[in-house]
Amino acid sequence: MVRVDAVLVALAVASALGAISAQHQARRLHTAFEREQARAQALEVEWGQLQLEQSTWATHGRIEKLARDRLGMQVPPEGQVLVVEP
Amino acid sequence: MKKQRTVTFNHNPLLKRDLPAWRPRMVMLALMGCSLALTGRALYLQGVNDDFLQAKGESRYARVLEVPATRGRITDRHGDILAVSTPVRAIWALPSDARLEPAQARELARLLEMDVNELNGKIAGGRDFVYLKRQVPPEVAQRIADLRLPGIHQQKEFRRYYPGGEVMAHILGFTDLEDKGQEGIELAFDKRLSGRAGARRVIKDRRGQIVEDVEAIRSPRDGDDVALSVDGKIQYLAWSALREAMEEHKAKAAAAVVLDVRSGEVLALVNAPTFNPNNRNNLTGAQLRNRVFTDAFEPGSVMKPFIAALALERGKVRLNTPIDTGSGRLTIGSATISDTKRHGIITMAQVVQKSSNIGTVKMAQQLGAEEMWHLFDQLGFGTQLNLGFPGETSGRLRPVKSWRPIEQATMSYGHGISTSLIQMARAYLVFAREGELVPLSLTRLDGAPSSGRRVFSAETARQMRTVLAMAAGPGGTAPRAQIPGYTVAGKTGTAHKLEDGRYARKYISSFVGFAPASDPRIVVAVMVDEPSAGSHYGGTVAAPVFARISEGTLRTLGVAPDMPLTPLQLAKRSAEEAAAGSSGRENM
Repeated sequence: MVRVDAVLVALAVASALGAISAQHQARRLHTAFEREQARAQALEVEWGQLQLEQSTWATHGRIEKLARDRLGMQVPPEGQVLVVEP
Repeated sequence: MKKQRTVTFNHNPLLKRDLPAWRPRMVMLALMGCSLALTGRALYLQGVNDDFLQAKGESRYARVLEVPATRGRITDRHGDILAVSTPVRAIWALPSDARLEPAQARELARLLEMDVNELNGKIAGGRDFVYLKRQVPPEVAQRIADLRLPGIHQQKEFRRYYPGGEVMAHILGFTDLEDKGQEGIELAFDKRLSGRAGARRVIKDRRGQIVEDVEAIRSPRDGDDVALSVDGKIQYLAWSALREAMEEHKAKAAAAVVLDVRSGEVLALVNAPTFNPNNRNNLTGAQLRNRVFTDAFEPGSVMKPFIAALALERGKVRLNTPIDTGSGRLTIGSATISDTKRHGIITMAQVVQKSSNIGTVKMAQQLGAEEMWHLFDQLGFGTQLNLGFPGETSGRLRPVKSWRPIEQATMSYGHGISTSLIQMARAYLVFAREGELVPLSLTRLDGAPSSGRRVFSAETARQMRTVLAMAAGPGGTAPRAQIPGYTVAGKTGTAHKLEDGRYARKYISSFVGFAPASDPRIVVAVMVDEPSAGSHYGGTVAAPVFARISEGTLRTLGVAPDMPLTPLQLAKRSAEEAAAGSSGRENM
C-alpha cells in the first residue's frame, strides 16, 4: 500500500514538474515568436522604405537630367531613327 | 504480587481536577468559527466577488494590444511605387506628469526642432493631453525615448510618401495625419487602400514582456494595393510638356489627359500649376485644383466634329458636299455669328478643317434639337463619369426644351454648353474606336477591354478620322500638331471664357486629337487656360503640346510608325548628313 502511494506521489510530482517546464517552454517559444513577428514587421517597413528610396532615385525627372547633363544624351532627332520592320 | 500504584501521565493526580466543562466547547466553537469565516471568505471571493477580482487581476497583467495595419500602396501600371506609408511617431505629453528640468526641455526642443518656449507653452497650456509634434521620424523618436522624460509619450502613426512628387500630385491626391484619403485616388479608393487595425489580448510579465497570447480579438487586415492605369513615363512626359507650355505662353493654368484607345484606360492626367504632396504647407486653391475633372469650360471648336459626324450619319451631308459659308457672317434672330476669315463655298470636310463656325451652324440647322441633345447625352456631356473622383463636374447640358434656335446654333460650335477636359477626351474615343464609346478606367485593366456603346457607325468614324487628319495637317487649323513618323488627327478649340455671365477677352485654348490616325492608339486632350504671351489660338498654343505628348507616348508604347519616313532613308544613306541636318529638336 505504502509503495503504491509512493509511486503515485512520485508520478504526481513528475507530472507537476512536467507541466511547469511545458509552461515555461511555451512562454519562451511565445517570446521568440513575438520577436520574429516584430522582425517581420520591421523588415516589411524597411522594404517599403527601400521601395520608396528606389523610386525616388528612379524619378523620371532625375533620370532625364542625368542623361542630359552627365551622360550628354539626347533624344534622336528625326532622321536618325531607324525602324526595323518585322 | 505487590500492588504498586503506578503514576502515568494520563493518570496524573494533579490533572485529576476536572476542567470546567465549557472550556473545550469554547475552544471548539472558536476553531469552528474561524474555519467557517475562512470558508465564507473563500466562497465570497471565489463566488460572489469573482468577476471583479478577475478583472482586477487581468488589468494588472493582461493588455489589449493594437496590431497596426498598413495602408495599401499605389503603383503605376508597371508596378512602380507612387505612394507608400511608412511608420513614424507622434510625440505627446501628459502635462500633469511632464515636469521637465530646463536642460531636459532644451534637449527635447532641439530634437523636435521646436522653439523651447513654444514647447514649454504647449506643456503649460492647461490641457490634459497635448501633441508636441506629429510625424516624427523613427530615429528621432528613438532618441527622445532614450531621454526617458517623465510624462512624454509616443504613439505609432503612419506617414505617406509620394516619390513622384508634383508630377503625380493631382491624380494621387493625399492623406491626412490619420492616413485617411483626402483628395484624388487616395479619397476615391480609400476603402480599398485603408487597412483595418487588429487587436489581441496578451499577458505581460512584470518586465513588460509578452508571455502569453490569450486571444486574437481581431486580426489586422492590411490595405490592398492599387495599380493605376497611369504610366509613370507618359505622365512625366505630359507634365514636362505642360510645364514648358505654361512658361512659354504665360498661362494661368493648363491640363492634359492621355487615354488608351483600346482599353479606355487613363495613361496620364496632368494639371498645372501643381504642388508637392510631400510638403503641403502654404498651398493655394489654384495649385490643388484638379482641372481635368473639376473644371467645366465651354469647349469651343473641339465640339464641331461631333455635329459634322451626326450630319454624316444622318445622311444630310457627305464629305464633299459644298456648304456656303458666305461672307463670314450669319445672322440668326438678333445675333450674328462670324468666322475668323471668309471661306466662301467650301466642302463639308473643309468646314471642319478650317473650323468654320458658319459651316457648322448650317449643318446643325439641318438637324433637330432633339437629335443634337441626344448625341450630346450619349457622348456623356452633362453626366458625371462616376470614376469616384472627388469634386467631379458633370459639365452643363441644358434640357432640350429650353433651347432657342440661336442656342442650338452656338452649341454646334461649342458655346452655351460646357464639359470637363476628361469628358471631351472620352468623347473623342468615338472617332478613334470605330464609333464606340467605352467607360474610362483609372486602374489597370488586366482583362479584356470592356465593350462599348455605339454612337456612330464605323463608316462615319472612319470618314471623320480622315477629316480630323486634314484639320491637323497642312491647310488645317493645327499643322503644328504634326509629329514625325506618325499620322495625327484632331481638332483645335479657342473659346472665350465666361466671366460673370459675359464673354471676356480671355481664352481657353484646347486641342483634342488621336494618333496614329490610321489605327488610333491614344487620345490626347490638352487645355491651356488664359495664354497671355501673344498667341491664344488652339493651333499655336495647345497643338504643339499635343504633338510633344503624343510623340513621346507613341514611342513609349512602341507603336510602329505609320507614315513613310523619308528622312529615314536619308539617315541610311549618310549618317553625317543626318547629323548635320539635325536641328536639335528638343523632344521628351
